[in-house]
Amino acid sequence: MNRIGLIVNPLAGIGGRVGLKGSDGIEIQRRALELGAVPESIQRATLSLIQLSQAASQVEVFTFPREMGEMSAHEAGLTPMVIDETGDLTTAEDTRRAVREMSGLGVDLILFAGGDGTARDVCSAIPAQFPCLGIPAGVKIHSAVYATNPNHAGELAGMYLHGRAHLREAEVLDLDEDAYRDGRVSTRFYGTLHVPFRPLLLQNQKAPSPASEARQAEAIAADVIEGMQSGIAYILGPGTTTRAIAQALNVEKTLVGVDVLRDGKLIAMDVTQKQLLDMLETMPARIIVTPIGGQGFLFGRGNQQIGPEVIRKVGRENIIVVSTSAKLQALRLQPLLVDTGDAEVDALLTGYFNIITGYKERMAYKVIS
Amino acid sequence: MTHATPKKPGAPKPVAPKPALRRFHQASWDEPVIFELSSAGQRGVLPPEPEADLVEAAGDVFDNLPASLKRKTAPALPEMSQLHVLRHYMRMSQENLGVDLNIDIGQGTCTMKYSPKVNDQLARSHKLTELHPLQPLSTVQGILEVMYRLEEMLKEISGMDRVTLQPGAGSAAIYTNVAMIRAYHESRGEGKKRDEVITSSFSHPSNGAAAKVAGYKIITLPPDADGYPDFEALKAAVSERTAALLITNPEDTGIFNARILEFVDLVHAAGGLCSYDQANANGLLGITRARDAGFDVCHFNLHKTFSTPHGSGGPAAGACGVTKEMAPFLPTPTVEFDGTSYYFDTNRPQSIGKIRPWYGMAGNIFKAYAWIMSLGADGLREVSEIAVLNNNYLLNKVLEIRGASAPYAKGKRRIEQVRYSWEQLTSDTGVHSEEIGFRAADFGTHYWTSHHPFVVPEPMTLEPTESYSREDLDEYIAILKHIANEAYTNPEIIHTAPHNSTIHKIDQESFDDPEAWAVTWRAYKRKLKK
Amino acid sequence: MTTKKPSMYPYIPNSVPATKEAMLKAVNAKSVEEFYADIPDAIRLKRRMNLPEPLLSEAALVRHLEGLLSRNKSTREVLSFLGAGCAGHYVPAVCDEVNSRSEFLTAYAGEPYEDHGRFQALFEYESMMAELLNMDVVNVPVYDGFQATGTALRMAGRITGRNVALVPATMMPDKLSKVRDYVKPDLQVELVPFDPSTGLMDLKALKKQINAQTAAVFIENPSYLGFLETQAEEIGRVAHENGAIFVVGVDPISLGVINPPAEYGGDIVCGDIQPLGIHMNYGGGHAGFIASRDEEKFVMEFPSRLFGVATTCVEGEYGFGDVAYERTSFAVREQGKEWVGTASALWGITAGVYLALMGPQGMLELGQGIMQRVRYAVKKLNQVPGVKTHFPNTPHFKEFVVNFDKTGMTVQQINQALHEKGIFGGKDLSAEFPSLGQSAVYCVTEVHTQADIDRLVNAIKEVVK
Repeated sequence: MNRIGLIVNPLAGIGGRVGLKGSDGIEIQRRALELGAVPESIQRATLSLIQLSQAASQVEVFTFPREMGEMSAHEAGLTPMVIDETGDLTTAEDTRRAVREMSGLGVDLILFAGGDGTARDVCSAIPAQFPCLGIPAGVKIHSAVYATNPNHAGELAGMYLHGRAHLREAEVLDLDEDAYRDGRVSTRFYGTLHVPFRPLLLQNQKAPSPASEARQAEAIAADVIEGMQSGIAYILGPGTTTRAIAQALNVEKTLVGVDVLRDGKLIAMDVTQKQLLDMLETMPARIIVTPIGGQGFLFGRGNQQIGPEVIRKVGRENIIVVSTSAKLQALRLQPLLVDTGDAEVDALLTGYFNIITGYKERMAYKVIS
Repeated sequence: MTHATPKKPGAPKPVAPKPALRRFHQASWDEPVIFELSSAGQRGVLPPEPEADLVEAAGDVFDNLPASLKRKTAPALPEMSQLHVLRHYMRMSQENLGVDLNIDIGQGTCTMKYSPKVNDQLARSHKLTELHPLQPLSTVQGILEVMYRLEEMLKEISGMDRVTLQPGAGSAAIYTNVAMIRAYHESRGEGKKRDEVITSSFSHPSNGAAAKVAGYKIITLPPDADGYPDFEALKAAVSERTAALLITNPEDTGIFNARILEFVDLVHAAGGLCSYDQANANGLLGITRARDAGFDVCHFNLHKTFSTPHGSGGPAAGACGVTKEMAPFLPTPTVEFDGTSYYFDTNRPQSIGKIRPWYGMAGNIFKAYAWIMSLGADGLREVSEIAVLNNNYLLNKVLEIRGASAPYAKGKRRIEQVRYSWEQLTSDTGVHSEEIGFRAADFGTHYWTSHHPFVVPEPMTLEPTESYSREDLDEYIAILKHIANEAYTNPEIIHTAPHNSTIHKIDQESFDDPEAWAVTWRAYKRKLKK
Repeated sequence: MTTKKPSMYPYIPNSVPATKEAMLKAVNAKSVEEFYADIPDAIRLKRRMNLPEPLLSEAALVRHLEGLLSRNKSTREVLSFLGAGCAGHYVPAVCDEVNSRSEFLTAYAGEPYEDHGRFQALFEYESMMAELLNMDVVNVPVYDGFQATGTALRMAGRITGRNVALVPATMMPDKLSKVRDYVKPDLQVELVPFDPSTGLMDLKALKKQINAQTAAVFIENPSYLGFLETQAEEIGRVAHENGAIFVVGVDPISLGVINPPAEYGGDIVCGDIQPLGIHMNYGGGHAGFIASRDEEKFVMEFPSRLFGVATTCVEGEYGFGDVAYERTSFAVREQGKEWVGTASALWGITAGVYLALMGPQGMLELGQGIMQRVRYAVKKLNQVPGVKTHFPNTPHFKEFVVNFDKTGMTVQQINQALHEKGIFGGKDLSAEFPSLGQSAVYCVTEVHTQADIDRLVNAIKEVVK
């Protein structure tokens, strides 16, 4: 018997529909509801469940009351097990509690409907590597843990339950909502979640399929390490691909922070922009970055520590970009974006980078601001 | 018992017209694996016995063989009578869909065209099959002349100065080109400096792979917004480390890159060479040539453009065309003519050596030659024009199907194939491209999605060569249309397809699990026991 | 003179003018020129291609081609003892029947559903080769034995992370040339000398040359020069003691009587399946195989396809597909991810048919019979004045080296004279192996009768008189 945990954030993206940016905070939620906003995430979760029950007939759904999942399950024709209680308006703590309880019950997969905020809440509470998947329901989503649409989420969940989907590590980006409302986009790389992804049903027979992302990351690491020179500080941006470089050197790396390596050793961990600038006074440096999240940002989302000053000092020619080809495929080979906050530095960064996509493999990729 | 009164003679009972879609069912023999057909003591063919005198004179042939080299237990091969072996393979032969059986336009980029039977039959003459490659040249003038003449033809078709027929197939030909490029740069002392090869996302993966095997770093150009290899990216990628550009035109999207001369000039200016992958040449015979576009080397797949059969995955044949500057690096030997007879030139000091044993896939070289001889210049031109016409006719019709699109270059004509996308249909219905392919097998055909990586989402690549009639194309469209409709109204039948094929949904999990995978029957039995 | 254009081309159904018109209309094009509009004028070919005038009728085509073929003389017409990498074994009729079926001949890259037959036939080929080789993993065929050898050595390089391959100095020179080129980015190839009286690898030299950089030790068994490497087991031991992989190239048709390398320490086995039911085709009948134990470290290094068996959703039904398709090599020293392409599948299917027809008893009788004929030929030739065979105390399989130094004639002269007598003598080795003098490698297979061998011996006797 397959068991799913379902968590719906009924207020995800609720502000957006009525012209309010973001939807965190009790006040924003009240205003949105007053303005007549309808919780779309509930409907989207329903769609996913319908798709899922077609793909996997024997599914037990564990969920929270009313808008947090019970309604969606009923709409989809399922009879869920409702665990625990909630107040009138749901909060981030409800989400986190749901995650803890469902993972404690040992469900096979946690499905959550929401946006970046919901993903952040799931991320903060979920046990490491516990399988989960996002049903998109918010406004623009920067995290990479969501399926492309509710149907796809249901299908993927079904495949995962049948053992036909593998898990991969995807980034959660935390949008600063206040800044967003004030017209600034500011994100933090918050962490990662392990989500199912769709392997090909049957590989085409004329050419080998690409290596798994993990192996690609290892190949990229091998290439980067081969090119490393002594005496030079390597500023390693956040991300799973950059982490692979540290792993290959048997060095620790903070997943979401910026670390610095030199001569194969860690010399600074989770640094701020100031610390980087101080360091640049004393030694030559190169930057190694990888695009973060689902929107294809190279600088400006999740790695603001590597700020415009740092970039200017290091110089464009000393920036090494790494990415698995799978990630670039997911971006549809659209140009990468930069938003450092400094128009001049952005202009400096636009153009092409030879992105390292494997051992002795590059892609001449466009970057725009 | 009374007899029924016989009916008045009149018109025959009419057979109703056939339904719009073929009520196809593939042969399905539920045939066991050959080892399960084994029966102790059966034999399929007896080898000739040596004469009694000879055996006596020979004595014990194992008397100086160490124990470690003497086979102790007989190999556990199946034991079957001749008819039973034949029948088993005949049954399996029926469980395939090749060009001779289906409207094989679905295997895009493979150029599935008719392989004339007359060529196959002639190539089975013992005067080809029973030739040993080391026979005195005077005894093989016929086949040498064929090789020489085919080289001349391919020279004319490509505009190149020399052509080698030695490579075993397309990827081998690409590797040959890369090896020659490597030798060229080494001869000029730039072998170490030029360690990068540039190719594109839509190139056949063998371009990058062969270059990598040869020791190069690969830089891939993604497509620009119109689907062409990104020229700006090329500018960023070219440097004094560039050994070569490996490119195809048109690429698998079917769009001709009109800026190809600029690409070539840019690479040449940096001191690099240009290699043209002409796997997609079927639409361009007599229209445009590799040499005229400035390329230094190019290659053809004889089993694609030039009709030799695909053989379930080979044997095939490849041909590399080169300029006279590159000719010294050609694999050894080359075929020459001295005015009276044909011979091999093995005195080629700068040659890259041998790509494979002997001189080439003689049987396929013969068939390609025959095919060109049957068509001539006008015929080849017609091949291309009709291939292109068929493709654009098909394109129009596919675009009328709900959920299908042809990304890039909207409104532009394509050359000989198109990479379509079912993205809209997938988004609407949850049905994926490969599932549509499996469902197509229920109507007696199939299609191929794309090379990896899937740049175009939910891809389908169709290549209707000149071998297909208008009715064939219409039938194929009818099948696609029907399945697309099913996606919107009854997707379940697609998700569980195929239903009318030889077998049903395969359980794939074991293929990636080292504990469970079984590449041979003995491995399978061993792992089952555990 | 330009041939008149035909009313239509039989291979091009839509070349019927009315059809062409109608289709152009259907796509709103006035002429096919519109489709080529994107091609820059500068690279348009503005003239008709200069190709021979076509033979539009099939009858004329046949006549022309048969005329060309008639200028060949095949080994059906001339008694041939040529080998050296391509052998004239007997091809059973059923082998030809199966590989001329257009269902197999014109299939290509369909899925394991609608091309189930092809997958099963290739899986069975892999499986029958596995029995011959006593190994659990055999690949879908690659181009030829040269390619298989090059790839096997690179696999060893990837697995060990080392960069030297030791190969016998008696290795086939053409194969060595291809291998050197192919492994260049990864491996250096070093020759290990041989004992001139036995042909066998010089073990003292091997032990001196092998070190921590050796990725692989390779032997051919039988050798290019026809003898069997009797020290194989010891060579394998030396390889393993030094952490190297033991790669063995074999002639599969010998394995009915000769032990497969898996029994004496072989880790990766490679070779060419041309002897197994495939005509020589003037050198176009080759296909390579690579085999190993079923261990992940080996399997993951195969660049070729590996077909595996699986269940389907219907009980009792077999399905097939690609095993470990997502293979890659990423060790730091890995310089190349090799490629998968169209190679020699139909020859693989053919070899499967051959092995099934022969069965265990057939392979045993064939191997034994060949060795008996070789013994007989060697004995008789050694009785011809001035003629002797090399490596007389080393066992041979189907080939052996004949030396003519004492006759005062060159191999070239002798072969010329034999040709005039309707015989193809063995390959001249004097250029490839000058240390062997005026020598030639002769190949005797099951198609040779005692009378054939006697005829050869007598002819040589006459020629060298």
